[in-house]
Amino acid sequence: MDIQTLTFIIVGLTFALYIGIAIWARAGSTRDFYVASGGVNPVANGMATAADWMSAASFISMAGLISFMGYDGAVYLMGWTGGYVLLALCLAPYLRKFGKFTVPAFIGDRYYSNTARTVAVICAVFVCFTYVAGQMRGVGVVFSRFLEVDITAGVIIGMGIVFFYAVLGGMKGITYTQVAQYCVLICAYLVPAIFISIMMTGHVIPQLGFGAELNDGSGTYLLDKLDGLSTELGFAEYTSGTKSTIDVFFITAALMVGTAGLPHVIVRFFTVPKVRDARKSAGWALLFIALLYTTAPAIATFARVNMIDTINGPDAQGTAYEEAPSWISNWESTGLISWEDKNGDGRMFYSGDERNEMDIDRDIMVLANPEIADLPAWVIALVAAGGVAAALSTSAGLLLVISTSISHDLLKRNLMPHISDRQELRYARIASAVAIGIAGYLGINPPGFVAQVVAFAFGLAASSFFPAIILGIFSKRMNKEGAIAGMVSGITFTAAYIIYFKFINPGANTPDNWWFGISPEGIGTLGMLLNFAVAIAVARFTADAPRDVQAMVADIRFPKGAGAASAH
Amino acid sequence: MSFESEKHAEDYWKENLRLMFTLLAIWFAVSFGCGILLVDELNAIRLGGFKLGFWFAQQGSIYVFLALIVVYVIKMNKLDRKYNVHEDHEEPQELGESLEEEYTH
Repeated sequence: MDIQTLTFIIVGLTFALYIGIAIWARAGSTRDFYVASGGVNPVANGMATAADWMSAASFISMAGLISFMGYDGAVYLMGWTGGYVLLALCLAPYLRKFGKFTVPAFIGDRYYSNTARTVAVICAVFVCFTYVAGQMRGVGVVFSRFLEVDITAGVIIGMGIVFFYAVLGGMKGITYTQVAQYCVLICAYLVPAIFISIMMTGHVIPQLGFGAELNDGSGTYLLDKLDGLSTELGFAEYTSGTKSTIDVFFITAALMVGTAGLPHVIVRFFTVPKVRDARKSAGWALLFIALLYTTAPAIATFARVNMIDTINGPDAQGTAYEEAPSWISNWESTGLISWEDKNGDGRMFYSGDERNEMDIDRDIMVLANPEIADLPAWVIALVAAGGVAAALSTSAGLLLVISTSISHDLLKRNLMPHISDRQELRYARIASAVAIGIAGYLGINPPGFVAQVVAFAFGLAASSFFPAIILGIFSKRMNKEGAIAGMVSGITFTAAYIIYFKFINPGANTPDNWWFGISPEGIGTLGMLLNFAVAIAVARFTADAPRDVQAMVADIRFPKGAGAASAH
Repeated sequence: MSFESEKHAEDYWKENLRLMFTLLAIWFAVSFGCGILLVDELNAIRLGGFKLGFWFAQQGSIYVFLALIVVYVIKMNKLDRKYNVHEDHEEPQELGESLEEEYTH
């Protein structure tokens, strides 16, 4: 059977599975739709959180980015896992005790203000759309290569599937589909990594393999060989990066804090029965995430060595284009890899200086890796299914936040307080259908490449929600004036900095022009500090939070008496 | 108020914060410390094929993060019981949980 038929079968089977689960887990009430009735087992919730969390960016782009960035790729590895420590220690248990459906609901109630609620809704919708655009794009890339449909058709198929289970099942449908999607995506990620690790180093565990000696009898360590290759070809040494220390520091912090402030991640902790389940669930989530995140740098290293060896040939003189392996022409047809014979010798050559003749998109590294390493066809098909699973699971989680923010926080709590549960559920479904349409449009007309777009969502979340939630829990006296002023100034500052350097004046996007040498990716950290400073300063000059709110804060600080998540 | 006294509530919160800040200090030290600020110094030391700073940045810090959450979960469950503010307990849902009960007693 050829790769394409196999891919159709495996991707088709996973789709059938997701639809089956969606029908089984239909939502009957708003409680089902928003928080799966708060009855999800912490281990299952950990898996769903992991799938929710690991997006097309984690699955498709991250190892590729690390592969091209070397040490600097650590910003993603530490940034996207370290946030779970903050979540488990500072946020999840308290928000679970508080027991509402959404992040804007916490902000609105804690700051006793519908203005604060509306500001939070706007921030949530803004963050989620930034993020979801990248996911739909990821679905398109996978479909265009493996099923040979064009990106537009790929995005529409993806939208159809998400529409089906997100609109029908809400959080309940999404949670159980995500458990299945986690299993698909982690297998798809680990299987090729294990194969390649055995081939290159003889180690079954990739995490050990990439720090081991090569299998070719030379006795050199894999990373030493890669450092050598990199410097010879005019790149920076793989194990030391090119970014400045301050920039690495700020990007890592923005990603960590952003992780802890992303509404679609936080909302997952409202679905477990107890406060201690929320803590435990954060641990399970990080375990499931760590499986992929500790494998990613191994894949990055293997892929880079393999790619350089294949293109430049064993003697580092370049491989003749006629003898090029089939993956190069496969990916050339998607436009993600291209070769220009600059010196006219008919051989391909890849390097970091003027000898370079290749243009390789980072996004293909994970997807092409099994082909580069010559693995069996079913592994390649499995990777395609994994990429789709990662993109779908995250899109669904984000779309749910958009729809609940609108139907619950904006309509029910603000504009139309008298609608019934059934009507609210209908509005939630309409809102998620509209959101899917917009997300699809953004996927077909993407604003940038996957991981980069996603990285900005973190900066925005870090500079808006995180400080407001932290102050809401750890400071009894923090008032609405402070929180609103903080959120508005934090997100405005961060968005302005990013928009200026990325869209208005991209030519100026160089370290010389950045404030304190902080890139737009890392500016969310500064936005967060600004948010904290403004909030604390404004709160000093205005009245303390009312007594009943202070009593509520005292109440969320211990687990006893946590009820199920509720609307009021 | 679910605490026996105002004093208990304060003590519980203080112990909670102390645990939280200790764990966050370790969190900061492994990621921002070993993985970023001290990476060049640590890279002089080797761990098999890894330079140590590079290993912390791309592997080690993640393992430590995981350990921190496990310690937090265990310690907080203990603390909740000490001040009698744990959630009312129904029958254990799974083996892991009943083992954990034994451990914390």
